[in-house]
Formats: sequence, C-alpha cells, structure tokens
Amino acid sequence: MAGDVHRAIDAVWRIESARLIAGLARMVRDVGLAEDLAQDALVAALEQWPESGVPDNPGAWLMGTAKHQAVDRLRRRKVLERKYEEIGGEIQVFAEPDLDAALDDDIGDDLLSLIFTACHPVLSTEARIALTLRLVGALTTAEIARAFLVPEATVAQRIVRAKRTLAAARVPFEVPTGADRDARLSSVLEVVYAIFNEGYAATAGDDWMRPALCEDALRLGRILARLAPDEPEVHGLVALMEIQASRLRARTGPSGKPILLLDQDRGRWDRILIHRGLAALERAEELAGALGPYTLQAAIAACHARARTPEETDWERIVALYDALAQITGSPVVELNRAVAVAMAFGPAAGLELVDALVADGSLAGYHLLPSVRGDLLAKLDRPDEAREEFARAASLTRNEREQGLLLERAGC
Amino acid sequence: MRVVVLVKASEESEAGIMPTEADLAEMGKFNEELVNAGIMLAGEGLHPSSKGVRIQYPERKVVDGPFTETKELVAGYWLLQVKSMDEAVEWMKRAPFQAGDVEIRRVFEADDFGEEFTPELREQEERHRAQMAGNQ
Repeated sequence: MAGDVHRAIDAVWRIESARLIAGLARMVRDVGLAEDLAQDALVAALEQWPESGVPDNPGAWLMGTAKHQAVDRLRRRKVLERKYEEIGGEIQVFAEPDLDAALDDDIGDDLLSLIFTACHPVLSTEARIALTLRLVGALTTAEIARAFLVPEATVAQRIVRAKRTLAAARVPFEVPTGADRDARLSSVLEVVYAIFNEGYAATAGDDWMRPALCEDALRLGRILARLAPDEPEVHGLVALMEIQASRLRARTGPSGKPILLLDQDRGRWDRILIHRGLAALERAEELAGALGPYTLQAAIAACHARARTPEETDWERIVALYDALAQITGSPVVELNRAVAVAMAFGPAAGLELVDALVADGSLAGYHLLPSVRGDLLAKLDRPDEAREEFARAASLTRNEREQGLLLERAGC
Repeated sequence: MRVVVLVKASEESEAGIMPTEADLAEMGKFNEELVNAGIMLAGEGLHPSSKGVRIQYPERKVVDGPFTETKELVAGYWLLQVKSMDEAVEWMKRAPFQAGDVEIRRVFEADDFGEEFTPELREQEERHRAQMAGNQ
C-alpha cells in the first residue's frame, strides 16, 4: 500500500514541516539551508517509510534524519566552511543522541523566529507571502501558484530569490525584540492578512473568492496568536479574519453572484467562527491600551456579526470606530467606509457630502468602490439618472467579472 | 475542509468512570497541540448515555438512557479544520487513546452537493439555516 504511505507522508509533512524547518534553522542559522535539509529528510522518508512503515514519532524521525544530514553536509562541503565555523560551538547539538531534544519547549520560539524571518521587510510582499505559505503553511509551490493564479515557475523563482535575499542580508534567525519588534510584527500581520484577502476577494478574474487561502491565513493567524499571546493586534487580526470568514458562504448566491453584507442571509453566517472571532476580539481589547487598526476593523465587523438583522446594526458605534480607524490610518479607503457608515447612521445626504469631499480630493480616482458608493447614495436620494452613471463608471473600473456584472445591472445595462 | 472526530464510548465512559488525572493531562496536552496548530474549532466530552434521552420518530416517543450498544455510542467529539482527510487521520493517530476507536467524518459544505444542489434546494437550506439562527 505504497499509495497510502505516500498520503500519510504528505500529511506528516503538512503537520511537521514548519516545526522541522524552524528547529533546523535555529541550528544552521539559514532558512534556505534548513528547508533543503528538511526536504532531504522528506525524500528519505519517501524512500524508507513505504518499506519500514511510518515511525511512531514521525516528527522526531524527520528531525533526527535532517540533523544527521546536516552534520554530513557541513562536514563534506567546503563551500559551507564559513558556516561550519560560525556554528562550530553548536556541532554537539547535531551529534547529541537524544533526538527528542530538538522538539523541546523552544520549538515555539523557533516557529515564531521562522515566521518573523519569512515575513522580513527586506523581502517584497509577494516574496513574503510565498515564503510564509511555503515554510510556515506547508503549502507546495504548485498549491501557492494555483492560489495566486501565477505559473509554478514564478513562485519557485520567488522563493529561491527570497531565500537568497535573506542570506545575503544576513537576516538573523530570531524573534525581534525592542524598538524593531512592532514594525516587524506589522510586517507579519500584513502578510497574513494579505493571504486572507487574496482568498476573500480575488482582485481579478471570474473567481469571487478562493476560500482555501482564507483557511490558510486563519490557520497562520491562530498559530501566531498562540506564539505571541500578549500582542493585542495579533488577536485583533484573528478576530477580524474569523468574523469575515464567518460570512464566506453567505457572500455568493446560487449562481455565484456576489451578495453584499446587508443583503446576506444571516442564517448562513457561521456561528462557530463568529463565536471564535468575538472571543479573540475580547482578548485583543483586554490587552490593548489604544485599539490598533486590526482590532478596530474587527470591532466594526463584530457590530455586524452581533446584529441579528441589518436593522439592528449599531451604525453610530460603527461611525465612531471608523473615526478612530481614520485617525490612525489616514486612509481614504477608510474615509469612504466611514462615509457609508455615516449615511447609514445619519442619512444618505450626510454620507454623500463626505463622498463628494473624497471625489474632490482625488486620491481615490480609479477606485471602483468610490463611484459605486456614490451611486448607491444617489439612488437612495432618488436621483436615479446620476446613480446609473456612477454604477456604469464603477463597472468600468473593476476587474472582477462578477462584481462588474452586479454593477452593470444597477447601471441598467 | 472540516471534519468531526467522533470518539466512541467505552464501558468505562458509559459507567461514568472519570479519566485519571494522568489521562486528563495527556488529553490536555494533545488538545493544546491541536490548538497550537490552528486546526481545532471545537471539542467536548459527553456525559454517559444514562444521562441522555432519545426521541423516536415518527411518534416522537422519548426514551431515557442508558442505551445498550456501547460501541456505537459517542462519548466526545472534535471539530477540526484540516487540509485533507489524511491530515485528520495523521493528527488522530497521535491522540492519547489506549483502546477503543474514533470515527472521522467530513462535514458537508454546500459545494459538496454540486449540480444536485439546485437553487430551489439551496433556498430551502438557507431558510432552514435562517430559522436555526433565529432560534439561537
């Protein structure tokens, strides 16, 4: 039953690889080399397990094999002499017979170091995403390529280059502390949320969402929350993702047509994820002094999640939360969202005033949601001709075919 | 995908014999691993069937526990978010059970119905869900 063993090995890899790579990276101080060693151990498992069976503790087996290979490689290869010297003091670690020691309590720190390294600001966002999904999320290059609609070779190149960049920049394998930490943590959260958003609202193409990426991001976020339990924004991000994901199955109609938040059948919202999201939000609020941007967004999402009908929505609280968010981010997209909330709380005319200010400001020119929101408010103010014009403009600006269809319908095309 | 892991009852669990402290500690450690991996959505242990009831349709006859077919009874469950059935299997091989068995079942998602799940059926399903939510 070689097929069964191969499937078991895939599953073991999915479960163990991040910890394996993290533990190895601590020893060899090079994420790229650590991944190569882990891959070698995987190859050894593929060769040996079909005959010997899957060992009782497959994680320890992989780590032991990888460590022995690390020692061999380091001894054989003159190219790596420099690194050999660098880690000279740690060679005993490889030789140590107690292989379980590699899976000791430090593993949490190792994993956190791996996440921080994969999300290092020296890398482009695309590279950080690919490397994080590969090293921490245990996705294959092919899976990443499929999710991001790019050729596999592109992803492979991206990962190779990212590893080289990290080595060249001599990025230390560690959990950053001190002044650096906040910026580095932001970089990690940005990557996780970018993965989530890629799944939640694909920016192009016919596919309105690719939920598997949402699940990958949620998993990363939950892992991170366990590794850095004192960081309010980690819990804030997890809360935001859980609550947004709770609406995934309500976001499309039977024909695949998108359904907007207020039109969604709330009975289809996932109560388990809402419950988890609200709990994470509570932790974030307990830990935080002033609420950070993810926690604020989660608090806004929670206002919707708590309302059993759209009419029950606490729009005034949402406006207040957007006020706080706009102050932190200064983002015109947030201002646009705030305008929508103001329209809901205080009437469409008040909202339109804010939207018109944004139009005059010009910073959102080319953003399809600006005319889309404006059209919506004009329709509510009984100005249908102007509204249709705005929907047509919005349709011409989006690349998402489903969204385009929806807008063209409202434009009367 | 989501799976439910059904932990089958044993003579001990049905007799209401509580796990030892060591057993609980091991199970706690295992649960922590599931949480650390970001895959555990929920999980609970159940009281013995002697504290449960059954309702038999169509006459809606209520029958008090205990129920006899011990091995078919459920003593606990996990709800897990995994990439594949294989991953769930690999995780559950690590569960600290010394006897008995667990059963892993996939949770239906609307897409699983494919073409068979017509818009009319979906609508019915949605109404049903709305009612459930309304009852909460």
